[in-house]
Amino acid sequence: MRIAIIGNSAAAVGAIEAIRKVDRSAIITVISDEPHSVYSRPLISYFLAGEIKAEQLYYRPKDFYEKSHVRTLLGRRVVKAAFGEKVVQLENGEKISYDRLLISTGGKPFLPKMEGLGKPGVCTFTKLEDAKKISSLLKHAQKAVVIGGGLIGLKAAEALKKKNIEVSVVELADHILSLTMDETASSILEKALKKEGVHLITSNTVEAILGDGGVESVRLADGKLLKTQLVVVAIGVIPNVDPFKGTSLRIEKGILVNERMETNIPDVYAAGDVTQAYDKILKSYRTIPIWPNAYCQGKIAGYQMAGKKKYQYEGSFMMNSIEVAHIPTISIGLTDPPPDNGYQVFKKLDRSSGVYRKVILRGDVIVGAIFTGQIDRAGIMTGLLRDGVKVKGFKKELLSDQFGFVSLPKTLRKERLLNLK
Amino acid sequence: MKRIFVKEEVCMGCRLCEIHCLVEHSKSKNIFKAFKEENPRTLPRIFVEEKGTLSFGLQCRHCEEAYCLEACMSGALYRDEKTGAILHNKDQCVGCWMCVMVCPYGAIQRDLNGKKAASKCDLCVGKETPICVMKCPNQALEFRES
Repeated sequence: MRIAIIGNSAAAVGAIEAIRKVDRSAIITVISDEPHSVYSRPLISYFLAGEIKAEQLYYRPKDFYEKSHVRTLLGRRVVKAAFGEKVVQLENGEKISYDRLLISTGGKPFLPKMEGLGKPGVCTFTKLEDAKKISSLLKHAQKAVVIGGGLIGLKAAEALKKKNIEVSVVELADHILSLTMDETASSILEKALKKEGVHLITSNTVEAILGDGGVESVRLADGKLLKTQLVVVAIGVIPNVDPFKGTSLRIEKGILVNERMETNIPDVYAAGDVTQAYDKILKSYRTIPIWPNAYCQGKIAGYQMAGKKKYQYEGSFMMNSIEVAHIPTISIGLTDPPPDNGYQVFKKLDRSSGVYRKVILRGDVIVGAIFTGQIDRAGIMTGLLRDGVKVKGFKKELLSDQFGFVSLPKTLRKERLLNLK
Repeated sequence: MKRIFVKEEVCMGCRLCEIHCLVEHSKSKNIFKAFKEENPRTLPRIFVEEKGTLSFGLQCRHCEEAYCLEACMSGALYRDEKTGAILHNKDQCVGCWMCVMVCPYGAIQRDLNGKKAASKCDLCVGKETPICVMKCPNQALEFRES
């Protein structure tokens, strides 16, 4: 059997590792437009900051493909697919036949229509090439503007700050990390970021990037001009479905997949940031572009392609772990529910130490949580949420600093600690 | 595979498991040096939860389908092919705490002494029986097939 995988990140590795657990004979081909051996895109901010060396970017050992018997076509772009003939076509016209296909092309930066976007000095920040480009531009830059105060924008801003660049972050919403945090958690991080010297401009946006040739300034929505030599566009990522537009593949926001990671086309699977899959908290299909989800979906797709049908996707949910200005924060699920919709919210905040904990319940189950400043053992909460465990008997314990398995009723504790999966 | 199980009914909360675990994972493996001389001091990978007379030691469960392995974006966490144990390469770890976020046992800790990195049980690789099991004075920890 020939399995072709388009993409070479978390979902692809998840698939390869699952396939090879159960099948040594399938012929696996990985096709990626990036020329690199599998590396971790989230590490590029650490690389830009100079905290890790280039060798550390690699997500798997150098002999990963060899040991997994994977043929690689790296630096090669898939431009279209003919699903009827079970063929994908590369940029140079070469055709690759498959019996089963996994689309794990990931996300790509969302670029708004904006004057001056094509100028040298304007970058995105999702790939290694982006980090290298920014690095090379730093020699001639004293200031940078990051558009977007989300996870990527803030990691970019921190890295630039560490490179002694004066950074301004411009965010459209009224607080940073508006998609993953609530206002309280954001305000703690905002305070810390400002203390580190990062300028935060919220409820505002960049309207135009100006300059004679290169970047000289940006014009904000309120008319203000910010001098800068570098602009990082980090508004968000969207599924990278370009090669499949105009085909019969069902795409809404991303490629729609079921619990077997199947698309609407037989023998075509999709996994990772490119998909739109079931969210077990929101009970709807959405994109959840996070690393653990990508690996897990890739793994399920791998098992399914290898004929192991019992492994199914039970749905995921949003979660993020980010450390900004030395403050670790974990957000899980629904962190900022709409008011009085049957949600119960528990909160505990210590402003002076910047420690904040929030747990959101719907009925008797946890549907969201935030840990700021103190994140140890947050995973227990994630586990209870994931498994839909009823917390009725120990609701009051959820905010305790000592929250752990001692807080659980004995039968539940024993069930969770002793019956291992 | 063999895993460590706790019997909370007989755990006295003496925390000797924590002490011996720390020493075992110290550079010198000497109890005095591990506590008084080594800087940064290593963390015990087992920790005792306690509430009133209830207590038990808890460490990585070395799950078969491990959430931490899926979440680790640096590639620092990996499964030892021979033993099935989940091990951690500190050099590769950047301290993103994705593993802390997903471990349903809360068994991965942040080690902030020295280089910021995750810290977890390695089942005392190379030893027939993990040190915490060996040193528990009341046999509250068992190392057995699961």
